Amino acid sequence: MSDGAKLLLIAFSMIFTENYVLVQFIAICPFLGVSKNFDSCIGMSGAVIFVMTLASAVTWVIYHFLLDPFGLTYLQTIVFILVIAALVQFVEIVLKKYIKPLYKALGIYLPLITTNCAVLAVTILNIDESYNFIEACVEGATAGVGFGLALILFCGVRKALERAKPPKCFEGLPITLVAAALTSMTFMGFTGIADNLFH
Amino acid sequence: MKKTKWQIFINGVFKENPVLILLLGCCSVLAISVTVKGALGMGVALTFVLVGSNIVISLLRKVIPDKVRIPCFIVVIATFVTLVEMVVEAFLPDLYDALGIFLALIVVNCIVLGRAEMFASKNGVVDSMLDGLGMGLGYTVVIVGIAVVRELLGSGTLFGVRIIPEGYQIGIITQTPGGFMMFGFAMALLIYCLGKKGKKFDPRIGCDGKCGNCAMGCENAITDIVPEAKKTEEAAK
Repeated sequence: MSDGAKLLLIAFSMIFTENYVLVQFIAICPFLGVSKNFDSCIGMSGAVIFVMTLASAVTWVIYHFLLDPFGLTYLQTIVFILVIAALVQFVEIVLKKYIKPLYKALGIYLPLITTNCAVLAVTILNIDESYNFIEACVEGATAGVGFGLALILFCGVRKALERAKPPKCFEGLPITLVAAALTSMTFMGFTGIADNLFH
Repeated sequence: MKKTKWQIFINGVFKENPVLILLLGCCSVLAISVTVKGALGMGVALTFVLVGSNIVISLLRKVIPDKVRIPCFIVVIATFVTLVEMVVEAFLPDLYDALGIFLALIVVNCIVLGRAEMFASKNGVVDSMLDGLGMGLGYTVVIVGIAVVRELLGSGTLFGVRIIPEGYQIGIITQTPGGFMMFGFAMALLIYCLGKKGKKFDPRIGCDGKCGNCAMGCENAITDIVPEAKKTEEAAK
């Protein structure tokens, strides 16, 4: 498979067939928490895409030039989470100082991202899959796009849900979870597409 | 009023159950509750990390400077997670494969960080240990409970032993949609039971509204609880 096709395959599977939220159950908390409001969906997705791409790039470099050569790979989890925490702080400071409009749009979501499992997951999966640098970055970015897609789709579902009248004990979160189940069922329709499309 | 040791312990199992009431750490509950074995393993792993990190953080609570407490907590938690990862990989390779990425993701499991922030950093060692045990047990009970239903209905087995005859399988329950749905049903059941007792379900009672450090990112956290967020929002206006 050519490089381009491989990148496309990664992108396609991250957005559709292996969507982090709806297929792999990663980052459910922000998915349920933020999806009430369309604007916060956009802000959160933007921040996640941004941080995930950066984190993928930085942790790839750290793993392959620092941890691997010195036999410190067992420190992976500790180092990665610290790098992510530091990176988020750093990005926040830089945005605040130099790119005001972007800070206004993403600023309030950045502190919430450190403990977003999607970011840590993408960095660890990059290493597990032994991707090269470009592939790791593409995976980071497209996994973020997949998260955003799920969030925005589900935001629409929730808007419709507000008008529904479920049984009393299902009001609120339970019916939201059932709706999430139905949304994730639609993504099962993509199963197998990626393999057949690119081979 | 000071709580007795027993109250601290039992608090995590019922009154402030981390999963159903506080709604923390849902990712692993949904993903791992496919088989009872995996769920039990995950519960034990999380309990170990929770107890370990609670003890260490409680011991260090006077040493850790307030401003950098979150990174310090994360380092402690990540250390315990790495420990668990190594032990499981070495002795229980099957479980290691079943848990996959979610074992490493205990680091960012909001239960662990949440308890460090809300309990261990303010209480003594013994209390923190009991709190960790209680919370871990509460998590384990919920994840195993959901796993029993999912494994039985989804693949007709329990602990890998066939209960419903061969050929029975409802794939969707063991897949992603089933996870969401079962969790929704479990929560509806809880709300129903609480309603019978005349109590109201309020998922935020446990987090004190201080959710700035958890990824839950509930609407309120973004607008009225995180002070900086409020300021930014006002500035934007």
